[in-house]
Amino acid sequence: MRSLRARLTPYWLALPGGLWLVVFFVVPMFFMASLSLQTGDPVNGFSQTFHWSTYSDTINLYEKQFVRSVIYATIVTLLLLVISYPMAYWIAFRGGRYKSTVLFLVLLPFFVSFVIRTLSWQFILADNGFILQPLKNAHLLPQDFHVLATSFAVICGLAYNFLPFMVLPLYVSLERIDHRLVEAAHDLYAGRFEAFRRVVWPLSLPGVFAGVLITFVPVASDYVNASILGGTHTTMIGNVIQTLYLTNNDYPAAAALSFTLMGSLLIGIFAYARALGTQDVMQTAA
Amino acid sequence: MSSDDFGPIPSDALLRGLTQRRLTRRDILRAAGVGGGALAASSFLAACGVSGGKAEKSQGTTFWTGKKQAGSAVFANWPLYMDVKGKSDHPSLDRFTKQTGINVKYKEVVQEMPSFYGKIQPVLSAGQSTGYDIIVMTNGVYLDKLLEANYLVPLDQSKMPNFNKYAGPAIKNPSYDPGNKYTMAWQSGITGIGWNPKYVKEPIHSYQDLFNPKYKGKIGMFADNADLPNLALQGIGVDCEKSTPPDWQKAADKLKAQRPLVRQYYEQNYIGPLSKGDIWISMAWSGDIFIANSGNPDLDLQFVVPDEGGLIWTDNVCIPIHVAHPVDAMTLMDYYYDPKPAAMLTEYINYITPVPACKEVILQDAANATKKSDKDYLQGLAKSPLVFPTSDMVSKVHNYRVLNADEEKQWNAIFEPIYQG
Repeated sequence: MRSLRARLTPYWLALPGGLWLVVFFVVPMFFMASLSLQTGDPVNGFSQTFHWSTYSDTINLYEKQFVRSVIYATIVTLLLLVISYPMAYWIAFRGGRYKSTVLFLVLLPFFVSFVIRTLSWQFILADNGFILQPLKNAHLLPQDFHVLATSFAVICGLAYNFLPFMVLPLYVSLERIDHRLVEAAHDLYAGRFEAFRRVVWPLSLPGVFAGVLITFVPVASDYVNASILGGTHTTMIGNVIQTLYLTNNDYPAAAALSFTLMGSLLIGIFAYARALGTQDVMQTAA
Repeated sequence: MSSDDFGPIPSDALLRGLTQRRLTRRDILRAAGVGGGALAASSFLAACGVSGGKAEKSQGTTFWTGKKQAGSAVFANWPLYMDVKGKSDHPSLDRFTKQTGINVKYKEVVQEMPSFYGKIQPVLSAGQSTGYDIIVMTNGVYLDKLLEANYLVPLDQSKMPNFNKYAGPAIKNPSYDPGNKYTMAWQSGITGIGWNPKYVKEPIHSYQDLFNPKYKGKIGMFADNADLPNLALQGIGVDCEKSTPPDWQKAADKLKAQRPLVRQYYEQNYIGPLSKGDIWISMAWSGDIFIANSGNPDLDLQFVVPDEGGLIWTDNVCIPIHVAHPVDAMTLMDYYYDPKPAAMLTEYINYITPVPACKEVILQDAANATKKSDKDYLQGLAKSPLVFPTSDMVSKVHNYRVLNADEEKQWNAIFEPIYQG
């Protein structure tokens, strides 16, 4: 009797979380999946017709924006990794008693709304703003030079907005590394680079995995940066879904695109996890 | 993580500026977290499906026989669409209650047309009351559907003395409701061209000015499927209200050719870039220009209804069928055509009023104002052609093309690729 109870306890404990997941994730997903196969319009109503071609139609129509989003997300993620790794490394190993202060500084911009932060970049980078105007006056830049409304601006905006998502997981995994291991590597005649390559980097991989995951996915579906900092050729898939949903009320197409996006991201993530050696990563991460 | 809040909002005037048009208002509301309505509506639609179904046409004359004033009314309106004093007190409604003894329950429940339609349509088709005596609908596909399905009560033409006396020519007898049989205008706005005279030195008067290579990279257009296409149709010399699919294609081709010149297709927030000089000339909404200028003394943005024609949109008050207090609703709707309450609204909202005569009241208020800033503001308001458009402006504006569901699909397929680059 006791053993049965003991065996059931974990399930009971998982129940609230599980229910939460079912009600707020599984059920809505089911509705969205069903919606993506319906046809109709919001005035006359939608009905289930298992209209699979919505998927192929929307992909054909918005392939460009789709590919662009993936490219942007890849560039942003790599950029973030290159910027954040030294930063997290420094905080974890050299931060000393300023660790928490520095971490707080990394997080500080998050106390301001996402949209406002992005809008302030629009202000900073304005064609006649306080950065570009003096450079133009000094004839260092041509008069019609602009940063806004370019892919560069969108990518920078995305990188800026998602930086802490990369720094924090990297920091957590680096922080946990026992420094004596590095010392041991040095004792075994490993140089600084060799010690990093053979000890620190492999041990920080779970952080890299987590960081890449939680930046790539939201960056790929972001729509705020493209609409505020972008121009006529920077539309991302998030913007398309937003328009389909809220302006055109073409709910099936929006749902179908969302599922396509989710599906391809999941495939990408699994491939990536496989490449990195899932077991290893998941275990160390757990 | 997404646009979960819009940060510090300095004043109602700015917020109204940002929310000037449906699309932007919609964005703001989503940003403020109340746009869940759309989500709710769609999952509701997904789960249940929504049946169509028309109601019997109610006869205008017989509907009103025996109907009496009940002493209360429920008014469903958009947010920030009624004068406010303090937090929740609406002086013009208080005045109404004092005059007529009718208590008004004022509800800001209309956040966007599709979700609001999704909310009331199933109720009406089931033959039940929405609980609202007055609803506010923007002209366009959803109002057309309400009319088509006979979901609106024909107005009692004998109870519209103020309307008959004071309604302006721009909103009287609109093409979507000839003879004002079912609707009366609440507020309107004009879509035209705005420019910043700091950078654009010659006067702008034509739609073609948006295609001037001189302004390459400094031109703003709208990323929407109402204003962008309809204005383009006017621009190629077609009456947008009567346009045909070949016209649409021609307008789309013209817009496509313009793409390399365009800085950005704006979903909202074009007014900031226009003020700062990131763009010099842009499609614009009249009210935005007025509010931007009145909030910044250094700014002198200009607005024009292009020679080829501009667009007017109108939010309309109307009475849904199965209404509980129709006489009270009628009285309230007509009350706002009295220049005094109309002026109270305009002084707060800054949109185009359906009652041009309220200008005198605003000037009177300006004369009586004790604070200089109030006086200047009210005088500027009364003088502005953006709030009281000239007859020349009014003669050039058109309504949006009315689209049925099939046409809308075709329309979107033609125009969407332009701004979804």
